[in-house]
Amino acid sequence: MSKLGNLGARLYRGEVGYDFVGKRMIWYGISILITITAIVGLSVRGLNMGIEFSGGAVFNTPKTAVSATQAQHVAEETSGHTAIVQKLGDRTLRIQVSELTTEQSRATQEALAKKLDVPLDKINTDIVGPSWGDQIANKAWTGLAIFMILVVIYLAIAFEWRMALAALVALIHDLTITVGIYALVGFEVTPGTVIGLLTILGYSLYDTVVVFDGLKEGAKDITKQTRFTYSEIANRSLNSTLVRSINTTVVALLPVAGLLFIGGGFLGAGMLNDISLALFVGLAAGAYSSIFIATPLVADLKERDPQMKALAKRVRAKRAAAAAKGESGTEQPQDAVDGQDAEGDDEDDTAAAGVVGPRRQSAGRGGRDGRGGRGRPSGKRR
Amino acid sequence: MAAPKKGRRSPGGQGRPGRVLALILIAMVALIGGMFASGDTTPRLGIDLAGGTSFTLEAKNEPGKPNAINKTNMDTAVGIMDRRVNGLGVSESEVQTQGAKHIIVNIPKGTNAKQARQQVGTTAKLGFRPVLTSAPGVKSPEPKPSASVGDKDKDKAKDKDDKSKDDKTKPSGSSSASASPQGRAVTDALKANPAVDPSASAKDGKAGSDKKDPKAPTPTPAPGDVAALQKQLAALDCSTPASRAKASEAAAAAKASDPIVACKTDGSAKEILGPVAVEGTGVDKASAVIDTQQGKGWIVQLKFTKDGAKKFADVTGKLATQQPPQNQFAIVLDGEVVSDPSVTSSIAGGQAEISGGFTQESSRDLANVLSYGALPLSFDVVTETTVSPALGGEQLRAGLIAGAIGLILVIIYLVAYYRGLALVALASLLVSAILTYTIMVLLGIALGFALNLPAVCGAIVAIGITADSFIVYFERIRDEIREGRSLRPAVERGWPRARRTILVSDFVSFLAAAVLFIVTVGKVQGFAFTLGLTTLLDVVVVFFFTKPLMTLLARRKFFASGHPWSGLDPKRLGVKPPLRASRRPAAPVDPKEA
Repeated sequence: MSKLGNLGARLYRGEVGYDFVGKRMIWYGISILITITAIVGLSVRGLNMGIEFSGGAVFNTPKTAVSATQAQHVAEETSGHTAIVQKLGDRTLRIQVSELTTEQSRATQEALAKKLDVPLDKINTDIVGPSWGDQIANKAWTGLAIFMILVVIYLAIAFEWRMALAALVALIHDLTITVGIYALVGFEVTPGTVIGLLTILGYSLYDTVVVFDGLKEGAKDITKQTRFTYSEIANRSLNSTLVRSINTTVVALLPVAGLLFIGGGFLGAGMLNDISLALFVGLAAGAYSSIFIATPLVADLKERDPQMKALAKRVRAKRAAAAAKGESGTEQPQDAVDGQDAEGDDEDDTAAAGVVGPRRQSAGRGGRDGRGGRGRPSGKRR
Repeated sequence: MAAPKKGRRSPGGQGRPGRVLALILIAMVALIGGMFASGDTTPRLGIDLAGGTSFTLEAKNEPGKPNAINKTNMDTAVGIMDRRVNGLGVSESEVQTQGAKHIIVNIPKGTNAKQARQQVGTTAKLGFRPVLTSAPGVKSPEPKPSASVGDKDKDKAKDKDDKSKDDKTKPSGSSSASASPQGRAVTDALKANPAVDPSASAKDGKAGSDKKDPKAPTPTPAPGDVAALQKQLAALDCSTPASRAKASEAAAAAKASDPIVACKTDGSAKEILGPVAVEGTGVDKASAVIDTQQGKGWIVQLKFTKDGAKKFADVTGKLATQQPPQNQFAIVLDGEVVSDPSVTSSIAGGQAEISGGFTQESSRDLANVLSYGALPLSFDVVTETTVSPALGGEQLRAGLIAGAIGLILVIIYLVAYYRGLALVALASLLVSAILTYTIMVLLGIALGFALNLPAVCGAIVAIGITADSFIVYFERIRDEIREGRSLRPAVERGWPRARRTILVSDFVSFLAAAVLFIVTVGKVQGFAFTLGLTTLLDVVVVFFFTKPLMTLLARRKFFASGHPWSGLDPKRLGVKPPLRASRRPAAPVDPKEA
């Protein structure tokens, strides 16, 4: 993703390739680091739970001349609990008192109305019993569990178990990162956040599924050729779907950003903000994980498959043979590029194929493995 | 939903794109027409947008009844609460179950939230109370001196005649418990008191002295209280739903051991009632049956629990010796008298029946109340949200602005990236928006779907999902062009693969929305619902609009020739000239697929 800015133009022309799979250890490392940070943040700082989880009330007053400190005083006096008072842009007040029971909250609401001299029904209130947050959290966990089971089953059927597993890991990774960021930054966790988190489930997977779909397609008939190992194929299809992944992520993020910065900024804190913040963080994490974690993981798992091991062996043997044969000058370096499958692609292959799939340019040589057409590069020449 | 492999017969296949387009346009026109025909052109707004109060109540198990929280009980509770809040004279209040143990009560703006809160928060209790005094339902204008019970009785007797046949027939009706020789209600009562003619016994047997008698056995109020109760009764107004609601609130709040004044549900009478003689929980089962043998029409058969049967036998034994109206017992639900049949004999054995002028519906209602009215549930208010319409409007405005800006950003991005293709995307987004809007309006009418803030949020987020599908398809087409195809084959060959990707990923999104919808409560459901709806619509739009539109556009010169602004310029897509139209596909991409 970091490359998006400076590589935009070349991505557009589909010339860029990056060895995501080959360098997976770097990304695993980064992810593990982030995850550890998230877990540490979570255990040290904990989450800043909103009133929904501790029980309490939020009151929004109409325009008032009463100052925030006065209001805080009134709220604390009547409720006996610490109150947080924010002055919103249009001279309204947002008063938040936590750890109240519903009964206490009502009393506070009435006292506030009286002391601030505003009609009771002009005060917008959100009163939440202390058990409500647990309810929501429980439901969220249940939902999470159900969804994960269903989606793993579905992905295992639509794709295969390795992909399902990798998608699950990526999903858990996204959730961890999102929750970790909440802990580290200290954003307030509300039911809106929970909604956002649960929605990330679908979205994070949306990206992953798009990538896997390309991978499945790319890896078809893989055993019938000896030019690429599974990892290489995975990397190729990842690159070929990169534009799609980036575009879908950007397009998904734009409306959410609109919600977060404009809708939320307009109103101060609120449901809109809570949902969109969680979505924003989660979507970004989801896009990252589908590219850097999910696909390399699939490749890793796949390479353990005996069939794929055999394939990798054949590919290596063939490359060695080709090198030994010492064919024409053009071919050798290109096969070498194939072997490393590195950024070399970027520079060498300015022609079409980077994003499309295997590069046909370097393929050529029709009769080399004795089979024309399907399952191997066509005879395209530059 | 999984990946269809054979792509030829897709809707919107290259065969007749025009027809498919026409089809969806007709569908849109029909939806829009339907929307206008229904008279509503805006979606119903949820409480958080329109202003009002929303409660979430959570059912608690009462001790000793572990399985009380079940669907039937919850539905009954909803019915009772609905009666309560709409009894406030408020229209459009909504009471719905959500999930297994929650009830959401939405009360639109302008209502006394405090009163409503008290109303919904209290537990519905069913009980049988002896009737001490009865009077017509209207508030008596002249201050009646706290007259003797006897006076009231006369009033009441007169009033009884004016009352619905329901009431009038009741004396004979209840007597049927003893009088019916066949049927299940044949009980010991029949044997114990076989020859009693109900009306006769009611009139002759009991003279004035009886008035005093009942007070000895039934725990009745002390004389001072009687006066107070009489005063209360005089002041009681049962003529309007609102006043009845108020009365029932007070009555419901009273202790079971205290006498109360209460209105009949239909407002036809008000009564002073003694303490609860049999708790509603004493009723085991009640059912509405039609009595063909005796031609009594619809009757309600009651079966009591062991404990209930004993108490019922006791109380009916006492009541049977009284004179009207004191031979009646009132079935009190939630502070209102649902029914007040009279008793002519002690009914033992745990079975009884109530008859007299029931319709099928009214007998069912009563049976239902008796079966479930005594909810073994009580409720806690777990959340309460009050929103003044001003704030709700502001939130909606902010949401809409945010949505508009999000949409504009998406459009800018699409235009910058896809040039001419962005037109297709825009048109598709527009179709999607129209479909979503009209369906929301229609769902509001048909199912009571109300757009709340999270739902607005869901709709905004869905812009992204919808646009995602176009991107998947467009990228597919561009891939095909990069492989050297010209546009028309690229559009067709790209479709089956794009379709599969779209279906698979939309299915995952839909799954998430569905799970979210099922497990969550309250506001969250609105979000999940919108997300699910728009995901489905996304599939519809891509299949029936975007694809056929692409097919049509591929025939236009502007696109087919790869105009630099079409977004399909082969040169910009990295295809090196000279272009050849028929290149063999490359490995390992499987050509079969396309």
